[in-house]
Amino acid sequence: MRDRSFAPSRIWIYLVVALIAAAWLAPLAVVVLNSLRTNEEIAQGSMIGWPQHLAWSNYAAAWSGFCVAETCAGIRPYMLNSALVTIPATIFSTLLGAIAGYAVSLWRFRGDNWIYGIVTLGLFLPQQMRLLPWTIVLRDLGLINTLAGLVLIHTIQGLSFTTLFCRNYYVAIPHELIRAARIDGAGFFRIFWRIILPLSGPILIVTVIWQFTHIWNEFLYGVTFTTGQQQPVTAALIALSAAVADIPQHGVQSAAVIIAALPTLLIYLLGGKYFVRGLTAGAVK
Amino acid sequence: MSNAAAIRPGRPALPEWVRRLPEYLMIWVPLLLSAAHLVSFSLWTIWISFTPSTLVPVSGWVGLRNYTAVLASRNWQIAFDNLLLFGSAFVVLSAATGLVLAILLDQRIRGENVLRSIFLYPLAVSFVVTGTVWSWLLNPGLGIQKLVHDLGWTSFKFDWLIDRDMAIWTIVIAAIWQSSGFAMALFLAGLRSVDADIIKAAQIDGAGPVRIYRRIILPSLWPITITVVVIQLQFAISTFDLVRALTNGGPGIATQLPALVVYDLMFQRSLLGRGAAAAVLMLLILLAVLVPYAAWRYVQRRRALHA
Repeated sequence: MRDRSFAPSRIWIYLVVALIAAAWLAPLAVVVLNSLRTNEEIAQGSMIGWPQHLAWSNYAAAWSGFCVAETCAGIRPYMLNSALVTIPATIFSTLLGAIAGYAVSLWRFRGDNWIYGIVTLGLFLPQQMRLLPWTIVLRDLGLINTLAGLVLIHTIQGLSFTTLFCRNYYVAIPHELIRAARIDGAGFFRIFWRIILPLSGPILIVTVIWQFTHIWNEFLYGVTFTTGQQQPVTAALIALSAAVADIPQHGVQSAAVIIAALPTLLIYLLGGKYFVRGLTAGAVK
Repeated sequence: MSNAAAIRPGRPALPEWVRRLPEYLMIWVPLLLSAAHLVSFSLWTIWISFTPSTLVPVSGWVGLRNYTAVLASRNWQIAFDNLLLFGSAFVVLSAATGLVLAILLDQRIRGENVLRSIFLYPLAVSFVVTGTVWSWLLNPGLGIQKLVHDLGWTSFKFDWLIDRDMAIWTIVIAAIWQSSGFAMALFLAGLRSVDADIIKAAQIDGAGPVRIYRRIILPSLWPITITVVVIQLQFAISTFDLVRALTNGGPGIATQLPALVVYDLMFQRSLLGRGAAAAVLMLLILLAVLVPYAAWRYVQRRRALHA
């Protein structure tokens, strides 16, 4: 019943799986093919078709040519914005989450269960409940329409996830290890640096991948708190579709979509195992 | 491990709490910031929902007037009906798709890793990208309908994207494509954790694969099914980006969802009080799902402890 073979009775399994897999790959294939077709070619036929010549120029136009809201610099400045938000916010939230997770699981202090419980509620609280307060906080800090404002939001909100991930990983570390180190006179930071961090490789990779993917793909805060040249790439893509609604440039738009999706897709391809672990770890809250 | 600093002579001993200050700061500042923002932001938004705030937050008390105004608006009513339809259709269909995929992948087939990656890759992509791509595919003048017409079958019709009654199903399609892989990953983990001895015993007793699935494997999956359903519901309730990119709530307001109503009230119509009320209503819908789930989890855990 369960052998890895192509026995005739099992052909139907492969057929069904292959069909579904093709359906799952089709949207990606369509966009990749379109990114290599000229706008005219797409306008004459449909979005679904084979490129006649490979129009690599779409990528150049998408990267640094086309115009969004009267600025003609392509998608490049928005990609840079996304990177400048995503990379610091990922590093900060992961590092702080690792320390917080270590503190609540192994160091223990008065009130740790309470505060941990409240922090993890952040996994469930809808973003809509935080939109107005963030507006006011960012305004008072002078961070409206800045990338630093988005970094702040994603760092603080990310803590809910990163603390949970790290805490659930660290509870498996034997307490005796910590107790022995404390008897030897090691303090909070020394234990973190010498004992916890060297054991943290896998969970830090999971957390970094999860945070990077989420922050890069985030849209609501980006579109609410930034405008024009300060927007991350997700918001810029929406602005682009609106800007070219009259004269669509589907070839260039497809190339822009591919470029915008590339960072998280690459991370997924490189760290798939850890990506899935983050998904399922987040699920079993 | 030597603690040289502590025993080095001639160094004035600092009080315990000063020496440990960096550690206290490192532990408490991030955790307190996170907890404080969650609590105060929620309370503040709830408070605003009871005030007459419009363009800017103002104090005052209007009771439930913002709530009745939101609940009476056509925008919210359509959004709520859409959420019921989208939520149930998406959750059932994506769980079913995920389960089928998991069972197929569990047949010890070749290329399992590649296939799993294919079903999961949409989760790495933003909803903005997914929504944009599906808006092209489902656009009758550009995508699948146009392709079939060009191939010669000119009476073929697939125009849900511009059909008021069917447009919500385009969001169901895109959402299933994006997140069935997630259900698959959870179900697959569940399938792999079924006790192999029980299955072997059933096989010795002469049970066929269909019977084993129906009687042993599927019943053991129901706790995972509940988890999948709750997480997908949570996603459905807060869906924003996908609709924004795919239909932007249209045609008209046919694919309006609560998250879009909140955004519209807060930032396009500058009715902060009503926007906050709509956000609190979203939270209540979410709690209607999460509270029973948390209670169920609690009972499960207690039972596991006493078993």
